[in-house]
Amino acid sequence: MLILLAVVIGVLFATGVYLLFRRSTVRLIIGLALLGHAANLFLFTMGGIRPGIVPIVGAGPVEQMVDPVPQALILTAIVIGFGIQAFVLILSYRAHEEVGTDDLDQMKSTDVT
Amino acid sequence: MASHLATDRSKTLLRVPGWRWPLAPVLALALGLFGFVLRRAPAAVAGTPWEAALDWLPALGLSLHLRLDSLSLIFALLITGIGALVVAYSMPYMQGEQGLGRYYASLTLFMLAMFGLVMAGNLLLLFVFWELTSISSYLLIGFRHEEAESQEAALQALLVTGAGGLAMLAGIVLIGQVYGSFDLGVILAEPTRLRAHPLYGWALGLILAGAFTKSAQFPFHFWLPKAMVAPTPVSAYLHSATMVKAGIYLLARLSPLLGGSIAWQATLTTAGGLTMLLGAWQALRQHDLKGILAYTTISTLGMMVALLGLGTAEASQAALVTLVAHALYKGALFLVAGAVDHETGTRDVRLLGGFWAYGPALGLVAALAALSMAGLPPTLGFVAKELGYSAALEWSEQAIASGGLALLVLAANACNVALAVVLGYRVFFGEPGGPWPRKPHGMPWLLVLPGLLLAGASWLVGILPGLLDGAVERAVGLVLPGAHAGHLALWHGWSLPLALSMVTLASGAGLYALWRRRPPAPCGEPRLSALAAYRWLVYRALPGAASGLTRTLQNGSLRFYIMVILASTVLVAGGTLVRSGLLSRGSLSSEAYAWPELLMTALLVAAALGVVLAPTRLGAILSLGAVGSMVTLLYVRFRAPDLALTQLLIEALTVILLLQVFHYLPPGFEEHVRPRRAALEIAVAASVGLLMAGLVLMANGVQFAPPIARYYLEQSAPLAHGHNVVNVILVDFRGYDTLGEITVLATAAIGVYALLRVRRRKA
Repeated sequence: MLILLAVVIGVLFATGVYLLFRRSTVRLIIGLALLGHAANLFLFTMGGIRPGIVPIVGAGPVEQMVDPVPQALILTAIVIGFGIQAFVLILSYRAHEEVGTDDLDQMKSTDVT
Repeated sequence: MASHLATDRSKTLLRVPGWRWPLAPVLALALGLFGFVLRRAPAAVAGTPWEAALDWLPALGLSLHLRLDSLSLIFALLITGIGALVVAYSMPYMQGEQGLGRYYASLTLFMLAMFGLVMAGNLLLLFVFWELTSISSYLLIGFRHEEAESQEAALQALLVTGAGGLAMLAGIVLIGQVYGSFDLGVILAEPTRLRAHPLYGWALGLILAGAFTKSAQFPFHFWLPKAMVAPTPVSAYLHSATMVKAGIYLLARLSPLLGGSIAWQATLTTAGGLTMLLGAWQALRQHDLKGILAYTTISTLGMMVALLGLGTAEASQAALVTLVAHALYKGALFLVAGAVDHETGTRDVRLLGGFWAYGPALGLVAALAALSMAGLPPTLGFVAKELGYSAALEWSEQAIASGGLALLVLAANACNVALAVVLGYRVFFGEPGGPWPRKPHGMPWLLVLPGLLLAGASWLVGILPGLLDGAVERAVGLVLPGAHAGHLALWHGWSLPLALSMVTLASGAGLYALWRRRPPAPCGEPRLSALAAYRWLVYRALPGAASGLTRTLQNGSLRFYIMVILASTVLVAGGTLVRSGLLSRGSLSSEAYAWPELLMTALLVAAALGVVLAPTRLGAILSLGAVGSMVTLLYVRFRAPDLALTQLLIEALTVILLLQVFHYLPPGFEEHVRPRRAALEIAVAASVGLLMAGLVLMANGVQFAPPIARYYLEQSAPLAHGHNVVNVILVDFRGYDTLGEITVLATAAIGVYALLRVRRRKA
């Protein structure tokens, strides 16, 4: 299973990074979302991938439960990731309102003319 | 009337007796150090050096360890003694100059740095003092900092000696690696260890770079003549008697460690010999008194380096005696040149002549010093020259090698003789070549006395070489452990060196005759020289490379910056990953794959590629939703129900938000990317993906610390009364993290609100 996860994480990172290089802000934001998924899954594998049972007391013996710590960390990360996405999205929307483009190459000067 | 009053005021201001008083402490310091060294001289000569140590940064092996052995003694006496004389000389010489406080402060700093350098018993400490001499000499050369020439000369000296100092630091670090200590006592106790070490070549090259730049050896010699723009007392002190000797000191000090190899011998004799001849030849073509003195200094420094390179007891002895003799007569001659310049306003030998009428005392000083420079008995210069010849003659078994070397030394010495005649005779008794800018008017006695003391010392030690004998003999033992040289003597009997001395005098006289027939004319810089190379490097190559690099890397496109950063990360981290060999840990193929997992993976990869390849933004957004759903499924598969729920919720929200905003954005535009650029982007993105995939494979199962999971799983119910352990961690065990998370969300919400609320009022 690990090798499948490695493939998934690799593809998510590669596509996310590729979208970072785009000129359109929408694609950039989508790229950030992909990178968020990639990072979360990456963090998930750090706990060690092994068969087990859900980390809920009473579901079975403690020895067989999967590591709850990465899960807690990722949960936080998912929510924060969403907050950032929402902010960046509104930022690009407002930027478009002000300068009339969502092309990053057009947004080169610091002052609005 | 008003202007007259103003000049009068400025004169009286400068002549307030108070301004001289700050000199008293400087002079007292120099004399005090001189006395301090002198009092400990007998012990040093007897082989029981004075020592003092104070821990500074013990963790770095850096201690304030000072040590006064015989080798340090010779240098320290010159530094403090000549230092005191130069300070005294500066009083009349620098009178009326602006910025005297700065001048004396820099001079004091320099003296202390140089003193510390020769006393340092720790290589790192030696480096600190070494750089301090570079910095203070920069301040002194650039003393007249409003003149462009001074600025350039000062910068040049700083860059050349500073770069050499950095190379030396690298060499010192290598030596420290080999010995595990920077203490000179520890290192010199076992000198052969470095030579057997594979790092020896590097250490030797780097240390020599430091010594050669400081001591103006070819091809780094060009900064020294330029440094003559400094006030003459500075030139006398730094660029003849002390700073340039720092390189010689370093070579002598580390000779037991670095010497004794073919590389050492070949480099030192070649560089030293070339410098010796080049300096002598250039000196003949100078018409500025200080130019002559500077180039003969380079020549003599080259001779000392070559002698140290020979690696025999006689040669080391000759190098040390030459050092003392040169410091004494060159210091005196510089002071004479300064006094002549001070009185006449020119240093051009084509104009000067007949100065005897204005300053017979100065003429006496010049004559005494010039006789030592020419190497006539009974001066120390004569003793040094005889020693140099016999060292050259006894160096090799082969008569051709020894004889050739002796002839080269003879050539350089003959130039010295000719120029000694120019300096000691022509300036005072020759015909003046033209009107002088200033009329001499009663020279202050302080312009004469320091030079007289120096020149007198070179006669005194020449007549009584026993004064120097003990210190030099002990120092030779420090330069070459176990070596003994003969006693110093003025008269060695009728011998081959004496005959060579005669030949030297005769050819020197001949050279002077030639020189007089065709006095040097100002000549331009040769197109191809070390100086031209320096200028090209500093003014063309470095700025060009820097601006080119900046234009390429800092081109203003943030996306390009990200690309560079990511590519560098991949190279550094990926390189380490591949070299570590952790990737090849097996046991991957033994896993069994179930079809649901294979299907999920395939769908996820397809959806991710769909995000990139979707022709429209709408398609990309929908594909992103598909990616999120697949990730949710993965969380379900890996027993993370909370994650799955959260992800599902957030994914829905994200897609809705994106679609909403999408509605307001302008229609998508066609992005044209050149094929090369596209290939680069794909390559960087793919390599990042590969690196992360490799990290996943490598990091699995690596435990740096015992997992904390067990504690949470066991204590969740008893301590926090919760059964869902992930929830308990979030709200209880690590509740502050969640507080932080909420804060971030709130901040983002406020940001969104503010962005939507605050709209620019359009006029």
